[in-house]
Amino acid sequence: MDFTFTPVQEALREQAREFLAANPEPTWAQIAELGWTGVSIAEEDGGAGLSFLEEAVLFEELGRALYRGPYFATVGLTLPALPAEDRAAVAAGEASWTLAFGPLVPDLDSAEHVAIVGGDGIYELEGGEREVLSTTDESRTLGVVRGGEAGRRLADSGVLSEIEARSQTALALEACGVARLALEDALEYASSREQFGKKIGVYQAVSHPLADAYTRVELSRSLALWAAWCVATGDAQASIAAAAAKSYAGESAVSVCETAIQSLGGIGFTWEHRLQRLYKRALGIESFGASGTRLRAEIAASLLEKTEQGSDPWGPTPADLEEATTWTA
Amino acid sequence: MDLRDTPEEAAFRSELRSWLEQNLPDDLQGHRGGATRFDGPEMRAWSRALYDAGYVGLTWPEEYGGGGAPYTHQAIFLEELARAEAPPHIGVIGIGMAGPTIIAHGTEEQKGRYLAPLLAADEIWCQGFSEPGAGSDLAGVRTSSTLDDGHFVVNGQKVWSSFAHLADFCILLTRTDPESTRHAGLTYLIVDMHAPGVEVRPLRQITGEAEFNEIFFSDVRVPEENLLGEVGGGWQVAMTTLLHERGTLGFALQAALEVQIRKLVSLARDRGADPLQRDRIAREWIEMQGVRFTNYRSLSALMKTGLPGPEGSISKLVWSESNQRVTKLALEILGPDAALGEDNAPYGGYWQYQQLRSRGNTIEAGTSEVLRNIVAERVLGLPYSR
Repeated sequence: MDFTFTPVQEALREQAREFLAANPEPTWAQIAELGWTGVSIAEEDGGAGLSFLEEAVLFEELGRALYRGPYFATVGLTLPALPAEDRAAVAAGEASWTLAFGPLVPDLDSAEHVAIVGGDGIYELEGGEREVLSTTDESRTLGVVRGGEAGRRLADSGVLSEIEARSQTALALEACGVARLALEDALEYASSREQFGKKIGVYQAVSHPLADAYTRVELSRSLALWAAWCVATGDAQASIAAAAAKSYAGESAVSVCETAIQSLGGIGFTWEHRLQRLYKRALGIESFGASGTRLRAEIAASLLEKTEQGSDPWGPTPADLEEATTWTA
Repeated sequence: MDLRDTPEEAAFRSELRSWLEQNLPDDLQGHRGGATRFDGPEMRAWSRALYDAGYVGLTWPEEYGGGGAPYTHQAIFLEELARAEAPPHIGVIGIGMAGPTIIAHGTEEQKGRYLAPLLAADEIWCQGFSEPGAGSDLAGVRTSSTLDDGHFVVNGQKVWSSFAHLADFCILLTRTDPESTRHAGLTYLIVDMHAPGVEVRPLRQITGEAEFNEIFFSDVRVPEENLLGEVGGGWQVAMTTLLHERGTLGFALQAALEVQIRKLVSLARDRGADPLQRDRIAREWIEMQGVRFTNYRSLSALMKTGLPGPEGSISKLVWSESNQRVTKLALEILGPDAALGEDNAPYGGYWQYQQLRSRGNTIEAGTSEVLRNIVAERVLGLPYSR
């Protein structure tokens, strides 16, 4: 068992943080030049031949930076549906995609191509009109597509479960990045702001909610990285891990931001402070796709009804424990 | 990153599992964790069996009778023991707290004298830290130890001491310098529980059981060579003990929580659960998985850097509050039957007992308030509140 990042993965995180600090609004071409669009794409298709774990590092950092662009829609959502030549174009930075999985389509303003789900397959949308809607979270747009028709067939719809696990995990990772930065802002403020003659972090009414926020940040991260590992290795638990991660990390990012806003007082409530943008991204992540309530209903079903065969929700290591039936008091 | 067992870890785990299957006596399985369950000879026999099989002191250096194994093996051991619902070794205080403290601060004579019988369960240990006037604020310890003719003469009262009624030795935090206050002037002693002047009285708790004891010391003469560390340097020694109390616990707690939630799921299947209860079951399962992988992260950091990751500090805090919610949810699912006493309640009163016992979880081994202070101050770097 080893739950640490490799030096290469750590270096990627460092590179991402530095780059995004210097370039808060990077273009798709810039991102492709760094190799980020082709991280998990095979080397023969022009990618780096790495895995979702390296992408996980990027999703966390992109969330933290409130990146606006089609990275999630392309790499987090559509990639598993793309044939080799389209992957090569993504790796080269020549194409970006989004997927109309639900009625509201992410990054419709920046993604070049749109994939749609129809019947037993995923197709490229031909024609049709795009309308970008106004959203609370300005760092991720949502839109609708009207009309058009199914063009080139990209993949069998069997790939949708992989897409679901991948996208939920990507969002959970973004949520971790958002929550961590909100917590850092709150900690900095609580360590410097003085009231009643003391740093406000001295007061347990301030510090204990921050300790709880830290707990949420770390549990979120543990769940999101577990899910990322499952997605990267094609583990049988990928679906339930992704559902757990998205429901917990999404909800936690919202609550951590709320704790941070409260800790900063009036400043935290202003338009100027970045907390409001972090908060809105957290709310956006929580509402995107399946809600926490729905994901937990799915988890409860797999715990209580054992609907899915072959996937043990308890794991990962000991999958063969017998059901608990001892009631010794 | 690879969350699977290495081939070596997998082999250790499967060997341990089959050992548990063959060696765990039926009447000890599912024991509910109260220290009064340790009174009988079968508990000593069980502990001895664990020792003979080489599962006690797994990570201790081989020169002190340990297994010299990596921390991952200890984590696997605690996980599997909890999953098998096997009781722990009777010497948990000795193995988890006294032993590591002696290894860190003891003389060679002390190591030679105490460590081997401690591992073999030939000698049982208890802890004398908390006092009626010094709970969370441990630096308020008042039990006195006065030097007299090569002995420390100990007077005072300790409280909340598990295993004291069985113990042969006590790790005792005392105040040598009566003029001293707070962290200075404390002295850490090894006290023979059979010495004249030591009296143990059981403390009956909310569940009706007596897991804990009070210990009274009246002019107890402790030989000078039983000093651990320096006279007046007891606080630093005590911190080693507490680090081990909280540090090695995470895996056992997570696994115990997993067993608890498996039982909750089983109960919900038996008795039915409404959509709101199902949502709460899923929440608890998710959080339990979060604790599991947080422990893994902390352990991985320990294996690579020699220091556990800071995130490990939250395991006990999360476990304790989760166990309280889980057991209360079980009572809710039981409905009106929740009011029945042990003799008439479904499942032998398991949930009634567990729910009451869980209230101690946020108090023992560091209250949640103290643990939040520790996270705020030592992990997050917020200014000290005291």
